[in-house]
Amino acid sequence: MNGVFKLLTEGEPLDESQMAEVLGVSIDDVRAQLTELKDAGIFLGWRPVLNPNVQEENAVRAVIEVKITPERDGGFNRFADRISRFDEVDSCHLMSGGYDLLVFVHGSSLQKVAAFVSERLSTIEGILSTATHFLLRSYKEQGYMLTQKDEDSGRLDVTP
Amino acid sequence: MEPEVKRFVADHVVELPKSGIRDFFELVAKMDDVISLGIGEPDFVTPWHIREAAIYALEKGKTYYTSNLGLIELRRAISSYVEKHMGVTYRPEDEILVTVGVSEALDLALRAIINPGDKVMYHQPCYVSYHPTVQLTHGIGVPIPTVASDRFGLDPEKVKSAWEPGCKVLLLNLPCNPTGGVTEKKKLEEIARFAVEKDLLVISDEIYAELTFEGVHTSMAALPGMRDRTIFLHGCSKAFAMTGFRIGYACAPAELIEAMMKVHQYSMMCAPILSQEAACEALLRGDESVKMMRDKYARRREVIVRRLNAAGLECHRPGGAFYAFPSVKSSGLSDDEFAMWLLKEEKVAVVPGSAFGLGGEGFVRCSFATSYDSLIVACDKIEMFMERLSQKS
Repeated sequence: MNGVFKLLTEGEPLDESQMAEVLGVSIDDVRAQLTELKDAGIFLGWRPVLNPNVQEENAVRAVIEVKITPERDGGFNRFADRISRFDEVDSCHLMSGGYDLLVFVHGSSLQKVAAFVSERLSTIEGILSTATHFLLRSYKEQGYMLTQKDEDSGRLDVTP
Repeated sequence: MEPEVKRFVADHVVELPKSGIRDFFELVAKMDDVISLGIGEPDFVTPWHIREAAIYALEKGKTYYTSNLGLIELRRAISSYVEKHMGVTYRPEDEILVTVGVSEALDLALRAIINPGDKVMYHQPCYVSYHPTVQLTHGIGVPIPTVASDRFGLDPEKVKSAWEPGCKVLLLNLPCNPTGGVTEKKKLEEIARFAVEKDLLVISDEIYAELTFEGVHTSMAALPGMRDRTIFLHGCSKAFAMTGFRIGYACAPAELIEAMMKVHQYSMMCAPILSQEAACEALLRGDESVKMMRDKYARRREVIVRRLNAAGLECHRPGGAFYAFPSVKSSGLSDDEFAMWLLKEEKVAVVPGSAFGLGGEGFVRCSFATSYDSLIVACDKIEMFMERLSQKS
């Protein structure tokens, strides 16, 4: 895979010009590699990682376990696709174990999330049951620690 | 008036020069917002699983002395790690000694080996403590030059021509701080044969072994005929980003370890137990963390070498460690002047090469154990600095 891909997977917080510098290529090359990754459906896009503990909008997040009767043709895929298309849904995964789909959703209030589950999700034909768990507090988000950061290291400026 | 208090200080300590790095540190410490490429330790915090092991040990009340040699569990871990990565086998029971950093291990090795007047061969430029440690043991240093055209690797011919009667020890540090120099296996074999011929004991400080960027690291101790005349020194500081834990170790034939242990037991007793517990975790389960960090250093190496050369400072690609060692000749300044002016004008700290002994003058050490952000900004500033210099001249 290309050099940009490697940098992205390492999670280095670099912008395009820094990536160019690190890889020793031009910014245009970096953009071309990003486009290549987008076209291949590997790199989907940039999104900010926000601290959910201080977010005001869409402050409520929940995880929903969904049980489904799979269809003869297509299994769970059609349901998963249909559920994923809701704006409220952040991510949706097929799981092994006691339920079928794990759905992460957000909403501006508890009522709105509850209404989404009871009116939109559980009414879909083929969905057997849902169990909703509201997130109370987050400790780590997308690899970022939210509680206690490593303090400024105190590394001396010059050492042998 | 009372005579100076200094009269109490031993003569050979009075004569001992202060590390050049210390002067420079004092200067940098007084300034704000300095981007430092002068740091001789990883910029990564110790991987969490290793820190967690130290916390767990503390929770379990591990607050005692350990055996003088170090925890047997750690010595077993060292034994299998060294066997796996260096290809040499040492018995955990009596051929391994855990020390407070490699610095202590080196001090112990020299104190256990050197009689007053014995000669110690070492390559220059080299780590700041080598020559002073030899002096403190009343030995005589015999420097072997390494040069930029060899990428500061050790040339067997130069080893041979530096040799003189009375040489007892050959002290090596490959990959090398400050030059990043490494030496290919063929040349090491030739040096090993010479060591056998002249009956030299080799003290091999391989603290940067894991940070080798081209091919695999060859340990001196693994070469034919060398195991029984080598004191292999290694530790956790660089590869596992554990400098503050202060864990080093020495592996050697039992008689040599026994001699070093005598000095160690009367001076240090043992390395701190929490650090030893953390080191166990690092050696047994730290390989992936090491690989991640090495990959990052490798890429930063490319960035800094390319940028320094582009700025007009001739810089070889270091084969290991995390230091670029460019020549500042093109600036028309001495290494001291270069470092001082760069600090004053651009607030970028690099270490003058002359702090690392003869052959270091005219070079500066730039550590790339620094985040991309800082590295790129520092390189931009060095470039501007060089441009301004060329306009002046």
